[in-house]
Parts: sequence; C-alpha cells; structure tokens
Amino acid sequence: MSVGAKKNSRVRLILSYGLLILIALSVFYPTFWILMSSIRPGTSIYSETLIPTNPTIEHYISLFTSEQYQYGQWYLNTLKIATFNMIFGVILVVMTAYALSRFRFYGRKNLMSGMLVLGMFPGFMSMIAIYILLMQLNLLDTHLALILVYSAGAPLGAFVVKGFFDTIPKSLEESARIDGATHWTVFIRIMLPLSKPMITYVGLMTFAGAWGDFIFARLVLRTKEKWTLAIGLWDMVNNASTNFTMFAAGAVLIAIPIALLYLFLQRFLVEGLTAGASKG
Amino acid sequence: MSTRQQASLDGSAQHRSPETAPHKEKENTGVIAAILSGVFWGLGQCFNRQYVKGILFMLLEAMGLFYLINYLPRAVWGLYTLGETPSQMMKVGKLYKMVPGDHSIHLLIKGLITLLVLFVFIWIYVLIVRDALNVGRQRAKGDKPNNFVQSLVFVQEHKFAYLFLALPTAAVLFFTIMPIIFMILLAFTNYSAPDHIPPAKLVNWVGFQNFADLLQLGTWSGTFYGVLAWTIIWAILATVTCYFGGILVALLVQQAGIKFKTMWRTIFIIPYAIPQMLSFLIMRNMFNGEFGPINQYLSYFGLGKLPWLSDPFWAKVTVLLVNMWVGIPVTMVLVIGILTTIPRDMYEAAEVDGATAWHKFKAITMPMILYSTAPILIGQFAGNINNFNVIFLMTNGNPPNGEYQYAGSTDLLVTWLYKLTLDNNKFNIAAAIGIIIFIIVASLSIWSYRRTRSFREEDMIQ
Repeated sequence: MSVGAKKNSRVRLILSYGLLILIALSVFYPTFWILMSSIRPGTSIYSETLIPTNPTIEHYISLFTSEQYQYGQWYLNTLKIATFNMIFGVILVVMTAYALSRFRFYGRKNLMSGMLVLGMFPGFMSMIAIYILLMQLNLLDTHLALILVYSAGAPLGAFVVKGFFDTIPKSLEESARIDGATHWTVFIRIMLPLSKPMITYVGLMTFAGAWGDFIFARLVLRTKEKWTLAIGLWDMVNNASTNFTMFAAGAVLIAIPIALLYLFLQRFLVEGLTAGASKG
Repeated sequence: MSTRQQASLDGSAQHRSPETAPHKEKENTGVIAAILSGVFWGLGQCFNRQYVKGILFMLLEAMGLFYLINYLPRAVWGLYTLGETPSQMMKVGKLYKMVPGDHSIHLLIKGLITLLVLFVFIWIYVLIVRDALNVGRQRAKGDKPNNFVQSLVFVQEHKFAYLFLALPTAAVLFFTIMPIIFMILLAFTNYSAPDHIPPAKLVNWVGFQNFADLLQLGTWSGTFYGVLAWTIIWAILATVTCYFGGILVALLVQQAGIKFKTMWRTIFIIPYAIPQMLSFLIMRNMFNGEFGPINQYLSYFGLGKLPWLSDPFWAKVTVLLVNMWVGIPVTMVLVIGILTTIPRDMYEAAEVDGATAWHKFKAITMPMILYSTAPILIGQFAGNINNFNVIFLMTNGNPPNGEYQYAGSTDLLVTWLYKLTLDNNKFNIAAAIGIIIFIIVASLSIWSYRRTRSFREEDMIQ
C-alpha cells in the first residue's frame, strides 16, 4: 500500500470515528437527560445544569406513595396485560404461521392474501366497532378486553414467523412422520425447539407492543386504578399540573426492563429482523 | 399430498381406496345421503351409519336455526332501515317519560354479527352436505364408513392445518374483519355530530355523499387535500431519511478498521429498545420551545431559540428528526445482517481487478443491500403513511391551522381520522378517510408483496 493510500485511510477512519461518536452522543443525550431530570429536585423541565447539583430520589419514592399517581398499580396492570398478551399472541401467531408454512390446503393462498389486505387497514379504523362490541359484551374498562383484542390481532403478523418456518428443511419432519409421529409430535418435539429464536423475537415484540400501547388502552380503560403505564405517563405530561420530574422517574422505570430485555436478547432481535427481511 | 386435500369435513376412508375402485350397484347412496343432510344436518350422516356425528350435526343445526329464526328478521330490517323511531319523550299517563327507540348503530353492529353467523351457517351447510355425499359414495364402493373415533383421528392426521387455523381465524373474524366491515358501512351513512347521534337521532344511509364531500370542492376537500399532501411528503421523507440513515450507520460500524463493532452496534440499538411511546414523550419535552434543553443550548451559544413545535415548518422538521432517532436502528440492524452475508470472495475478485473502495461499494455492497431490503422499504413507506404515534405524541397535529377542519398543520390522515372519531364524533367522514387510506396503502403493498419470496410458491426453495 502506498503512503498516500495509507494516509487516506487514516483520514477516513478518523472521520468515521468522529461521526460514530457524534451519533452515539445524540443517542445518549435524551436518555441521559431524562435520567438526570428524574433525580432533579422540583417539578419543572427547566434546569440550569444538565447534571443536578443536589440530586434526590424523592420522585422515585413518591411515584409509589403519592395518592394522585398509582404508579405501582399501573406497573402491575401493565405487566399482567403484557404477559398474557405475549402468551396468547405467541400461541396464535405460531399456530397460524406453522399451518401456513407446512401445509398445502384448499384456500391457503386466499387466506394469505386476506391477511395481507387486512393488515393494510389503519389499525384503529376498527376501534369504534370494537368499542361498541366490548360495550355489548360488558367488557369495557377491563384488562381482559385489552388482552383479547391485542392477541386477536396478533395472527395477522404471522408472516415473519412463517418465513422462518419455511427455512426449516422438510426432510426433518418427513423422516419423523415415516417413523410414525403425529403432526402434534412433530410440531411440539421438532418444530418448536428449532424455532426458539423466532419465538423469543415474537414474544418480545408482542410483549413490548402491549407494554407501550397507548391509543387503544386509553379508549378502553377509564378508571385510574385500571390504567396502564402508558396512559398514566401520558397523563403526567398532558395534565394542567404537569409534573415533569415525576414523569422522568416513571419513564426511567418503564424503559429499564424493556431496554435490558432488548439488549440481552439482541441476537434474537437481529435474527428475527433479518429473517423478516429476506422472507418478507 | 394432493389426494388429501379434497374438502370434506372428515373425508371418511378416501385415502384407503384409490379412485380407480370399481363402482358397485348402490350408486345413488351418496346422492340420497346428501339430500337427507340437505333437509336436516346429520340425517345423511345417520343414513351413512355415522350416528354420533349425525346427532352432533343435528344439535348444531338446531342451535343455529334457533339463533337465526330469533335474530335474522330483525337484523335484516335493522340493516335496511337503520331504525325507524328515535328515543323520545312521550306522554305516558300524566308524565313525560323517555321511551327508548331504535339505536341505529347498535342495530348496524348486531345486524352485522347476525349476518356473519348466517354466513358461517351456510358454509357449514355446504361442508356437511358434501361430507354426506362423499361418505355415501365411499359406501357405494363398498367401504365401511369411519366410526366417530376414526373420524377424529382422520381430522387430526389430514386436516391438521384447519385444526390449527380455526382459533386464529375466529379471533380475526370477530375482532378484525367484523369491525372493518362495520366501519366501511359507516362511510355510507351520515353518522356524525351534531344531527345524527343515536339514541336521540337516527342515522341514515347516504350513499357516496361522504366521499363526494371529501373529494369534490366543499367544506371538507380543502382539509383533505392539504392533509393528504403532507401525509405523502411525510411518508416519503420519513422513509428515505430512516432508510439511508440506517444504511450509513451500518456501513460506518462495519467498515474495515473500526474497533469494538459490537459495542457501537449495541449503543445504536438503544433507541429501538426504549418503548417508542416514551421516546416521543421525552423528545416532546426536549424540544419544548420555552424550557426545553435544546433551545437552552441554542441560546447558550448565542443563537436564537427555534419554534421547534409551534411553527408549522419547524414542527415538521422536528417530527422528521425524532422519527429518524427512533427509526434508524431498525434499518441499521437489518443492513448489518445483510452485510455479513455478502460473500467475501466477491470483494476479493473485485480487488484483483483493481477496484477501489468506492467501486466495490457501488458495484457490490449497495446493490446487495437494495436487493434484499427493497420489500422492507415499501413496507416502511406504507407504515409511515399510518404512523400515528410520532405525530400524536409529539405534536398532536399542532400547530393549529385555521384553514383546516378539525386538523392541524402536522396532522396525517390517520391522526385526523382519530380526532374526527374520538374528539368530534364525525364518524362518517372518518370512516371514508379510513377507506381512502386503505386504498392508497393497499394498491402500493399489493404491487410490492406480489414480488416478495414469501408470497410466491415457496416449495421451490427447499
């Protein structure tokens, strides 16, 4: 390599590192800012310095003790809804995807086209109808309603998982079938263990979806003690009596478990996303 | 596999008797069974000596008929008229009392559910008659019909896909398809405040009036075209910035000579790992015009404060910026995944031919990325048209726009739809907008999905 080329690549590397650091800063800044806001005394957004001079954890404490904010209750509610949604959502998605990937049956193509078409309607176009339906079923203001509606919508997102199942060789199950295994055995003993990364990915997505959903939850849940975290936090910064530092503390406590899950399960995330990309 | 596909409910012993089996004399057994089942479900099955199945079918039809006889006439009447008498004050004895009348919207939704049940009923009808016919034909050929346990085993072995799909289909039918049909129907009514809100007032069918109001010159069309234009500009800009931003970051991280690749990647995934809703709420406060830290820094460096969220132009810039912060990590993860799959020997071959870094990028890297992510690009575009969260949580459509009906400067069609339904009760216009969004997204997606591998005949892959 000539001296010029070497110098050239040095410059390129320095520039690249500069850019990387710049992007990293812009990624870190909002997170750092909200973390600092959560330990700043007072309630306002404004502060003289980024790092508070006399940090406090009173906001974290009052989240759980304040009469006005039932943060602990909301946390439990959200955890419950997200967990159940994850279980039912994953079951429905995996069943749909498996049937679509592994069997050739009458009406299969139409079913797949239908799923695609349904996915194209704006999600809450159906909100009003679901609202009236839930009213008729006496399910308004219940967590069951949220779990039902979230999981019922899950099968429409089965294509990513179907793409993953498509990549598992048919010969595996065929040899098991020849040995006399039923479809159930093949599904449970062979396919499920093989699709662990995909199931993790879907589970994470459905969990995070319910964890962060705001629109539908706000429509259904009316009483304060039934709220989820998303509604509660939105309320904190949208109210006349804005309490920003409290919001910051609440946000930190919500973000940490989800962010840790994502970072720990990063490998699955990458696998899931790329499987979705190359298989549509 | 194809011989197992014939659509009969339990198909009896088809797989054991090849098509070429000689016909015996009782050739019309199948027809008789089919006619019997056509008269009443299960009769044909009993005629075929499948008694348990026959009795189950009879009970099923009894239940179905009971429901339909009770509800169908009122459902048809309700769907046709949408009610005839609104709730009103009536003189009962000496007092005026509220007498409940017809609630148009409840009539509509109940009618719809009943029609769905009717549709399922007819479908099962066809299946049962066909089953009686098939089993009858098998008997004519001299095969013994399956007993009940054998039937169950048969379903598990050969109709496994249907078994697996039954539950998801029911869920989707009830919670997705029914509501969508309901909203489509609403687009053809005048269900809106203040004159047509049940139970005090009735709702009527108005045909294509709502679409005409939206598309032709009128009170609504000005807002509609304005919001539509911004929606499309937004979708293009948001998709392009996130897509190429993601590719750029991925290339930066993966280029030769950069150390700690995993660390950089982990850092850049952080925005993806924070729940979107939180990111938007945090950003909204960060860009706060008066107290937000961004403007604080700007004035610290002697620059003027910027109206990040209160000026129509800057508000649009802000939502695009914030959307990049949230959206770039997804593309980055994707592209890093693709970069690792590009075979090294392609680059080596290019180097032998004397290609520079730029040549390699232009001729190998970029085409590979574009080829693999093109379907995603279309998907992201469609997703951005419906990107509710970023607008609703960042600006809520504001700053207000005096020329618009119930919409602000940054409102997309979806957020406008949301405001129309939940804040202003203009359900009819909202439903019509929903249909228009669907038409835009659907025509785009169908065009692209048809080209993805998952949708073509996948069997060729294996």
